[in-house]
Amino acid sequence: MKIENAIEVKDVSMCFNLSREKVDSIKEYVIKALKRQLFYEEFWALNDVSFEIRKGDSVGLVGMNGSGKSTMLKIIAGVLRPTRGGVETTGTIAPMIELGAGFDHDLTARENIFLNGALIGYPREMLEERFDDIIEFAGLERFVDVPIKNFSSGMLARLGFSIATIVDADILIVDEILAVGDYQFQNKCKKRIREMMERNTTVLFVSHSIEQVKEICSRAIWIDHGHVRMMGEAEEVCDAYESPEA
Amino acid sequence: MSLLSVFVKYRNLISQLVARDIKTKSRRSILGLLWTVLNPLLMMAVLSIVFSYFFSRYGEIDNFPVYLLCGQLIFNFFNESTSIAMGSIVHSGELIKKVYVPKYLFPVSKVLSSGVNLLASMIALIIVMAVTRARVTPTILLALFPLLYVLLFSTGVSLFLSAAAVSFRDLMHLYSVITTAWMYLTPVIYPMAILENAPGWVRLIVNVNPLTGFIKIFRCVVLDGVTAPAILHVQSLAWCALALLIGTFVFRKAQDTFILKI
Repeated sequence: MKIENAIEVKDVSMCFNLSREKVDSIKEYVIKALKRQLFYEEFWALNDVSFEIRKGDSVGLVGMNGSGKSTMLKIIAGVLRPTRGGVETTGTIAPMIELGAGFDHDLTARENIFLNGALIGYPREMLEERFDDIIEFAGLERFVDVPIKNFSSGMLARLGFSIATIVDADILIVDEILAVGDYQFQNKCKKRIREMMERNTTVLFVSHSIEQVKEICSRAIWIDHGHVRMMGEAEEVCDAYESPEA
Repeated sequence: MSLLSVFVKYRNLISQLVARDIKTKSRRSILGLLWTVLNPLLMMAVLSIVFSYFFSRYGEIDNFPVYLLCGQLIFNFFNESTSIAMGSIVHSGELIKKVYVPKYLFPVSKVLSSGVNLLASMIALIIVMAVTRARVTPTILLALFPLLYVLLFSTGVSLFLSAAAVSFRDLMHLYSVITTAWMYLTPVIYPMAILENAPGWVRLIVNVNPLTGFIKIFRCVVLDGVTAPAILHVQSLAWCALALLIGTFVFRKAQDTFILKI
């Protein structure tokens, strides 16, 4: 791996088995096996995708629904293992594929900060030290000891974003999260992402809002039906993506 | 070695997951954790009233309440931990799809939460021993061994079951039937003497049954005040090793496909 790169994606292909109906019980399995209906259909979500992202770059992934963007993010975050090819990353990854994954709704905000922080991999001492900052950024001072099942979705998103970005990760993965929350919170998030970029965090950004991609990212990758269609300056790629003949 | 370093790295997460289980459990009822003590006590009271009468013709069991509670604590821990851990992967589906965490932490943390409950319900055993004026001998400290065995064995079984439940969801319904049968083939309530007239294959199953071994050792050191025969320890350790080996093997083979199936 080259020293100046934060992420290297090499010839990644991802194949899913699309069984027409999902078989997930012994009963169905036996019935289908007896009727000889256990066939699988292959679906290649990604085909030989390769790219490199340099440290400190901010890269937007654009593409239609179902083009393979989220699959690509999951492979980079280490959640999915590709069928072929490989991904190498350096440093810590703060995944925000969905904010607040791993919240327990019966627990209070305070307890969830420690649970969610542990899931991301933060040490306990650091969470204790930065506890007040997390609460302050989320603007939840009055609700620290309220079970989060009583929170609004905006409050949950604020808490999740605040926990995930409390320390500078080397790589920040942002997937559509700026769609939630009011404009004030969106601006706060963008400001924090920019601050992290200034401190040399690599940002991988997925959004359907082309304006946001142009605003935040310097480079962009256009994924179309599992192939890289275009790669380059954010403006250029976004314009091509938006042009009518695309 | 790498498994161990992962464990060290994620010990904060494990303690958080265990704390979560205990907090949510105690928060759902007014009496909270007290239930972990009260439940085995009440069950023991009911069962010993009924069965000490039934089994009296097989010779006197001295201190039937303690005899019963020893069996109950071990069996209930196995039953509770494996049943809960079985669904741990399926129920953590949302999380597994989004964040990378070593997946075996989910079943293991469930077994450990049940382990905390087991320690809490030891209070029930101490109460009953005090009330029935049971003889307390230094061998009681050796009770740590059977508890460790049942913990290891349950971990192995849980790894296997949690992986299997992802592909076969209805296994969860089937498993409650299996544990019921398992309970009747374990000397939890009845004295071993009752088996003298049973068919040979029943006696064989009861004797080979890993839980029988754990419970026998436990009763030896707690109730009889003697050390258990070495053969029981060998048998128990062999079962633990086998369960852990099969459990980790199946789990490792299956874990990359979890995300595609949940």
